[in-house]
Amino acid sequence: MELVEAIILSVLAASTPLLIAATGELVTERAGVLNLGVEGMMIVGAACGFGGAWLTGSIFIGALFGIIAGTLMSLIFALMALRLAVNQVATGLALTILGVGLSGLIGAGFVGERITPAAHLYIPGLTDIPLVGRVLFGEDAFVYFSIALIIGVWWFLYRTRAGLILRACGDNHVSAHALGYPVLRIRTLAVMFGGACAGLAGAYLPLAYTPFFIPGMTAGRGWIALALVVFASWRPGRLVVGAYLFGAVTILQLHAQGWGVGIPSQFMSALPYLATVIVLVLLSRARSGGSTAPAALGTVFVPDR
Amino acid sequence: MQLVLEKRAERSNAIALVSPLIAIGLTIVTMTILFAILGKNPLLALQAYFIAPLTDGYSLQEIAVKATPLVMIAIGLSLCYLANAWNIGAEGQFLIGAVAGSWIAVKTQGTDAGAWVLPAMLVLAAAAGALYALIPAICKVKFGASEILTSLMLVYVADLLLDYLVRGPWRDPNGFNFPTTAEFDPVATVPLLIEGGRLHLGSIIALLVVAAAAILLGRTIKGFEIRVVGAAPRAARFGGFYANQLIILTFAVSGALAGLAGIIEVAGPVGHLQPGISPGYGFTAIIVAFLGRLNPIGILIAGLFLALTFIGGEQAQIAMKIPLDVTKVFQGILLFYVLACDSLILYRFKLVFPNRQVTRGAG
Repeated sequence: MELVEAIILSVLAASTPLLIAATGELVTERAGVLNLGVEGMMIVGAACGFGGAWLTGSIFIGALFGIIAGTLMSLIFALMALRLAVNQVATGLALTILGVGLSGLIGAGFVGERITPAAHLYIPGLTDIPLVGRVLFGEDAFVYFSIALIIGVWWFLYRTRAGLILRACGDNHVSAHALGYPVLRIRTLAVMFGGACAGLAGAYLPLAYTPFFIPGMTAGRGWIALALVVFASWRPGRLVVGAYLFGAVTILQLHAQGWGVGIPSQFMSALPYLATVIVLVLLSRARSGGSTAPAALGTVFVPDR
Repeated sequence: MQLVLEKRAERSNAIALVSPLIAIGLTIVTMTILFAILGKNPLLALQAYFIAPLTDGYSLQEIAVKATPLVMIAIGLSLCYLANAWNIGAEGQFLIGAVAGSWIAVKTQGTDAGAWVLPAMLVLAAAAGALYALIPAICKVKFGASEILTSLMLVYVADLLLDYLVRGPWRDPNGFNFPTTAEFDPVATVPLLIEGGRLHLGSIIALLVVAAAAILLGRTIKGFEIRVVGAAPRAARFGGFYANQLIILTFAVSGALAGLAGIIEVAGPVGHLQPGISPGYGFTAIIVAFLGRLNPIGILIAGLFLALTFIGGEQAQIAMKIPLDVTKVFQGILLFYVLACDSLILYRFKLVFPNRQVTRGAG
């Protein structure tokens, strides 16, 4: 039973950064913008998040640094892809290339340093309940925040007027513009939200997942988050399922070592990436009747006035 | 104050020519600021980056050696991007080519295998790179899966496969437990062009690839098809050109070139298979392709320029203790400026002041 509890705990921990980053990208894509720079924003968020926490000793300030770093990175993207109407695919790639370099530069001073990771919640009585106690009432704050975040995004997208306008921009920017909505401003805000989430997701890694920073520690999680949005058909509910599934695959790989499965570790490590490819293929195939992607996703919009 | 884009009546050819130069100029200005922030003398740093490597023969050869894989991969990528197929996984195709070619080198090690070894390695590497690139291409064409994400995921898989092989079955028993194969036999090594130098046959192959691409794009129907499908998909359909076939074709060619570049790097400058054979060539080649305007000659020049930044970055690290990551930042910034300046070809930038806008609206 302790093993089951440990596995659930580690699955939640592995899923949380994916869920946060993918939630941000979901909002960005719902507004019609394809930002492939998630990995770059995440990795800068990781370096800045660790730096902030290491300098101040506060996990909260570290997370804040991560959010700010991710948002600033996303502003570069917004300027390029929205204001200058540059191809979004190329801009997103540039953001990732830049992010990998920046994070190495920023993080160079912190390699080898350790911090105290984010504390897990402990409520006497509740957390002590066998089986469910630690899983439900013993997580770190990021885990609860990620769940609140996706619920908030669901509510925003489907229950508010602003969410409706945002989705309209993603489905038909010409009509949204004709109705008088500031498409570029709405998209900029959506991109910034995506950046903030990616930065926080990156910061989660050195602040809660491992207590140290190493270059390249996001290891493609930003790309997996992008795939998750496709997996979720751009719907918040399915995103939760997808993120936890992928977290489980990641953990399976770690535990397989412990269980003495005679498969080389590299093959197990390749599982999340292979799973992503397979999932993308199966989903795209199942959906061949019609795409569920926002209709204007990835297209350039230059308002003519 | 607001930045507004105004579509030009037709694309500006003058700006198309100078925009890479503007981009390089802006990047250098930005780097000067970055060096100052890092507390390094910007003039000395720029000198170390861009001038010093050009002043001695060894560095010049080294630039050509570094440019070889960049140019080969970027030529392939440019074909994909022209046809609107987004191959982002050249890094993985490079690694798979290196692994497949090395298989022959490892298996024939110490035997009296003849001169067929190196050619066989090159062919197998190109085939493996092409096959690896076909996975995302077929997933795209058959199932509509995003080729961007699938080709990228396969980079990590290739990286792990290479890691497994050099730590496991192919590890050099006399390698002091380092994850590497034994040094390749002379018959499995790319010959040098200058005795005792660094320049090798791969650079000639890269030049041939550039020439072949220039002919393909400029003089053949296939090249025309690629460009039409990318630029005007609807017109291409009326012309009977099929985007799907071209996705398959351009992915296969770019995978083959990346795979070839991979084995040339391993059997040439590196000399054995080990992790970290690529300082991100597959990703830097994306920058090379864009900086070179997706044009073969442009890519050759851009490849040499990016190679200069690699070598300059190493020299700046040794001479001025400037971190190597600065090179990656430099490359990222350069790509941003290249893309932003490209926007100038199609649009005019205009600054609009809101109050003036109101008066204009009222009048």
